Amino acid sequence: MKTVGIILAVAAALALQTTLARFVAGGTIAVDLVLVVVVYVALTSGPATGLLTGTFAGLVQDALSSNVIGIGGLAKTIVGFLAGIVGTQFIVAQSLPRFVVFFGATVAHAIVFMGLYMLLDLRHFGAPYGAVAGQAVGNAVVGVVAFQVAELLPGAVERRRSQRSRIRR
Amino acid sequence: MTLLHLRRRSGYLFLGVILGQILLISAQVNSRTGVPVLEAVTFGIFAEVQRGVSAGVSGALRVWGGYVGLRNLKSENDALKRQLAAAEVAAQEQRAQVDRVRTLQQLLELRDRSNLQTTAAEIIGAAATPDFRTVTIDKGTRDGLRPDMSVIAPAGVVGRIVVPSARAAKVQLLIDRNAAAGAIVERSRAQGVIVGSGDERLRMEYVSEVFDVVEGDLVVTSGIDGIYPKGFAIGRVETVEKSGSAYKRITVKPAVDFSALENVLVVLTPTAAREAAEGPSQ
Repeated sequence: MKTVGIILAVAAALALQTTLARFVAGGTIAVDLVLVVVVYVALTSGPATGLLTGTFAGLVQDALSSNVIGIGGLAKTIVGFLAGIVGTQFIVAQSLPRFVVFFGATVAHAIVFMGLYMLLDLRHFGAPYGAVAGQAVGNAVVGVVAFQVAELLPGAVERRRSQRSRIRR
Repeated sequence: MTLLHLRRRSGYLFLGVILGQILLISAQVNSRTGVPVLEAVTFGIFAEVQRGVSAGVSGALRVWGGYVGLRNLKSENDALKRQLAAAEVAAQEQRAQVDRVRTLQQLLELRDRSNLQTTAAEIIGAAATPDFRTVTIDKGTRDGLRPDMSVIAPAGVVGRIVVPSARAAKVQLLIDRNAAAGAIVERSRAQGVIVGSGDERLRMEYVSEVFDVVEGDLVVTSGIDGIYPKGFAIGRVETVEKSGSAYKRITVKPAVDFSALENVLVVLTPTAAREAAEGPSQ
C-alpha cells in the first residue's frame, strides 16, 4: 500500500513537473518536484525506502527527459539514502530543519548530477551556483509546505467532520 | 517482508543500487576515445583478467611444457644416445671393414708377388697365457695346413703353425721365446738366427763380429730353416753391441706389428730346404 502510494506520488510529481513547466518562461521551473517527493519519502520512511524511491523516480525522470539514464537516478538515490539517514538520526519535525534538509538535499543532488555530467564530459554547466541555490530554496519551500499540508490535512478533515456533526445536532 | 529485509540491509542495498546505476550510465556514455565507458571499463577489467588468466595459463603451460619437454627430452636424449651408440658401432664396423679390406688387399698383393701357394686366415684368438706368444687362426687341416708351415703378413714374417686342428691352427709368433728363424742381413748378407725374446723385440744371434751390421739394416729370412720362405722381412736392426765373444749382440725390431694382426697368409708351398729334407724320406 505504501509502495503504491509512493509510486503514485512520484507519478503525480512528474506529471505536475511536466505540466507546470509549459507555463513557465524558458520551459523550466526552479523546483524539482520529484526530488521533493524523494526527500519527503526518505524523511518519513527511512534510507532504504528513500534510496529505492530515489532510484525509481530518478530513472523515470531520466527516461522522460532524454538524459543519460542513470545519472539522475544515481543522484536521487544518493540523496534519498542520505535524507533517510538524516531522518532516522536527527529529529526533523520542525520547519527549519526540514528546510535545511531539503535545501541540502537539493545541493547534494545538484553536485552529484552536474558533477557526473561534467566528469563524463557530457555537458558543462558554467557556474550554476545561483540556479542551484534558487532551486534549493524552491525545493525547500515546497517541501516544508508539503510537510505542513500533509500534517495539517488529517486534522482539518477531522475538524470539518466534527463541525458537521455538531451542526446536525 | 522483503522491504523490511531490504531496510535492514540498506547499506548493501544502497551500494548495489549505486553500482547498478553506474553500470547503467557507463553503458550509455562514450569515453573520450569514442568507446562506451561500460565497454571500455569492462574491456579494461576483462583485459586485465584475461592478462592474468593468460599469464597463469601460459605459466602453467610453460611449466607443463617444460615438464613434458624434459620428459620428452630425456626419452629423446636416450633415443639419441642409442642412435649415437649404434652409429658409433656402425662406424667402427665400417672402419674395421675398410681395414679388413685393406689388409686383405695387401695379403692378395703379397700372394701375387711371392708366387707361393698360400691361404688367407683370420686370427680368431690369442694365447691363453702371456708366457706363450701364440695366436689362433681360423684355418686348419681341412684347409691343408700342416705343422711348421710359415705364416706371413704383408709387413713380414709372423710365425709358424705349431698345432693345427681340423678347422683352426695355433701359430707360434716369431717373438715367442721358443721361436727361431734363419735370418740374413739384407745389406751385408750376414747370416744368423732370429730368436724370440718373449717381448716385442727379437734377437739376432750367431752373427760373427766380422760382419758389418748397423742399426737400421733390414733383416730377412734366409730360408735355411726349412720353415720360412727366403727373402721375407723379419725386421730392422735396432741395436748392435759387442758381446765380448765371437758374436755380435743384435736387437731387431719386428717388421710386423703383432698386436695389430688380423689376417695372415699361411704358406702352403713347402720351402726348398724342406722339400730337400723330406725328399729322401718319401
